[in-house]
Amino acid sequence: MIESIPLTHILTVSTMIFFTGVYGFLTRKNMVTMLISVELILNAVNINFVAINRYLYPDNLEGHFFTLFVIGIAAAEAAVAIAIFINLYRNIRSIDVDDVTEMKY
Amino acid sequence: MDLSIAIWILILPFVAFVFTGILNGKLGKKISGLISILSIGGATLLSYYIAFQFFSGSREAVQIELGTWIKFTDSLVVNFGLLLDPISVMMLVVITTVSLMVHIYSTGYMRDEGGYARYFSFLSLFSFSMLGLVLSTNLIQLYIFWELVGASSFLLIGFYYRKPSAIAAAKKAFIVTRFADFGFLVGILLFSFHTGTFNILEVNASSGPAISQDWGGSFLGFSVLSWSLILMFIGGAGKSAMFPFHVWLPDAMEGPTPVSALIHAATMVVAGVYLVARLFPVFALGAPDALEIVAYVGGFTSLLAAILAIVQTDIKKVLAYSTISQIGYMMLALGVSGYGEAGLGFTASMFHLFTHAFFKALLFLGAGSIIHAVHSNEMNDMGGLRKKMPATHITFLIATLAISGIPPFSGFFSKDEILVAAYQSNVLLFGIEYLVAGLTAFYMFRLYFKVFWNKTSTSEVHESPASMTIPMWLLAIGAVFAGFVPFTDWITTDGVPLETHFHWNIAIASVGIALAGIGFAYRLYKSENSRSRNIANVFGSFYQLVIHKFYIDEFYLFVTKGIIFRFVSAPIAWFDKHIVDGFLDLTGNSIVAASVKTKNIQSGEIHQYAYFILMGVLITTMLILYISHGI
Repeated sequence: MIESIPLTHILTVSTMIFFTGVYGFLTRKNMVTMLISVELILNAVNINFVAINRYLYPDNLEGHFFTLFVIGIAAAEAAVAIAIFINLYRNIRSIDVDDVTEMKY
Repeated sequence: MDLSIAIWILILPFVAFVFTGILNGKLGKKISGLISILSIGGATLLSYYIAFQFFSGSREAVQIELGTWIKFTDSLVVNFGLLLDPISVMMLVVITTVSLMVHIYSTGYMRDEGGYARYFSFLSLFSFSMLGLVLSTNLIQLYIFWELVGASSFLLIGFYYRKPSAIAAAKKAFIVTRFADFGFLVGILLFSFHTGTFNILEVNASSGPAISQDWGGSFLGFSVLSWSLILMFIGGAGKSAMFPFHVWLPDAMEGPTPVSALIHAATMVVAGVYLVARLFPVFALGAPDALEIVAYVGGFTSLLAAILAIVQTDIKKVLAYSTISQIGYMMLALGVSGYGEAGLGFTASMFHLFTHAFFKALLFLGAGSIIHAVHSNEMNDMGGLRKKMPATHITFLIATLAISGIPPFSGFFSKDEILVAAYQSNVLLFGIEYLVAGLTAFYMFRLYFKVFWNKTSTSEVHESPASMTIPMWLLAIGAVFAGFVPFTDWITTDGVPLETHFHWNIAIASVGIALAGIGFAYRLYKSENSRSRNIANVFGSFYQLVIHKFYIDEFYLFVTKGIIFRFVSAPIAWFDKHIVDGFLDLTGNSIVAASVKTKNIQSGEIHQYAYFILMGVLITTMLILYISHGI
């Protein structure tokens, strides 16, 4: 059944998700939204991994493993990021990136 | 005869140095002094034991190997070891005895001074290095301990490090001796390059590489061997304060007086004499011309220093110049000596070194006792002390008689042997030494009369405590009886006892001139009068010249400050400050300026970073595409 969907379709979807993420990351001021955008970027990549693995090298499983890794790391990253947000909010009562300009020279 | 126990003579003072040095302030005064005294006392007992074993045995040189330090080639090896032969065993006895006396004396003398533990740790360090110096089996080991001795002397001269004059004196002593040591080092390298060994016993053997090989080529009339020995003698002259390096020793009197007694009277300053004696067979058999230089330098220095001693008013400086003069005697005796049956000078030199150590250390300790009581170094502040300080007076008188060469005190015997040796080989040098003997008696009794007689002192002066007078009494015993040690049997150039005859004419003549000097001093200084001033006026400009020490210090200052500093050091300093530093400053400053300009890239705004990343990714992608597909 999967053969009926061409690879290009899937890649198109993943590209759309990827650039949605990039757009969100660059335009949004709210850190939570930016985190969500990063997750979108990661998941676009995941889709690519799985699809290309399945279509072009069906005998191998590396793509799947990479996907699992990315999911795991994304979860960890989310935990760290949210911890930072909470601390930031406690300190400056805001999670807007424009208010956070301490991290320079 | 197992003498490997000798290693403990080195270990004990070193342990005391490390222990009192590390625990500096944490040990009480009593304990740190006690540790040092016990360790040097142990070393003293050991060296007496070794001396007894050695001189009652066959008196053959013994070499105790401790291990290899550096191996250049199979034949050129630097070993560490201990060499026990007549002169090194004799030096062991001298050093440990004087050092022990000075340690005990210091517990009284330094009682009210700060830095008590530091003082004792430095004393132990000095004792360690000096003992290591005399026990060295090869020239490199000797050189290492030689420098250690110089360093510990520097530390002790500059002991009162808050006093600018003491710091200046310490630096002067270190720089002058270091300058001379450079000659020593070059001499060692030149010598070992040709002999292929550093070992002292090997080069001293009469069939060894130094004496038997043909040294060939010459430079300015001296063979390579003579040059290397002359260079080594320059090092010895620096340590022994021979002209022209004598300037540091009078200034070194800035250190505590017991230090002067130990280092600048009995032990370190005779290191140069010891060095020449150490290599004496090479000097005598291989390079008599170098030995002649030693003799003339010694003779000239002894005369120069004796003249300078006459006009000094600082009690310690009189003793310092007297030390230089007496070491000149020893050098001269070595210089006029031959090998084997003609080796009287060598024996006499070692004999004088031995007796001189006792009476000169005693003189310094006596001077320290006086300074401790009067709180001044100036002879003019003293006078009439004989009733108030009886113990100091008697011991000082014994030492003064000994140095003046009055029988039966020790100095008479050794000085007489030197005069005999000089008489047998060189009449000019004999004449100089004969004159110096009279001068010595004169300036020493000038000192004695000015301090103990002359005017009656009004100030409150008390005798020093027993911890100071007991070592003085012990040294006084040495100063009286050291002359009866049978040196001609024990210490000779080739180990064969020397046949000597007593020369009545020279003995009577030398006692005569000594008595003349004493009588002259008695007349001028027994009571306050103007005779000495009148005589000074007669000499007029020569007197002024002597007061200014022949302007030798001024000359050195002119050469260093006026010529070397101004025309060599100042341009180099300018080049370093402006060109070298300027270039480095330029690089540093330009990097700082560039980073100030570019630091705004790090704005702290995440969106900006994200844009940069995006642009970077895009540009990289385009580049990859362009390169791989040529779009």
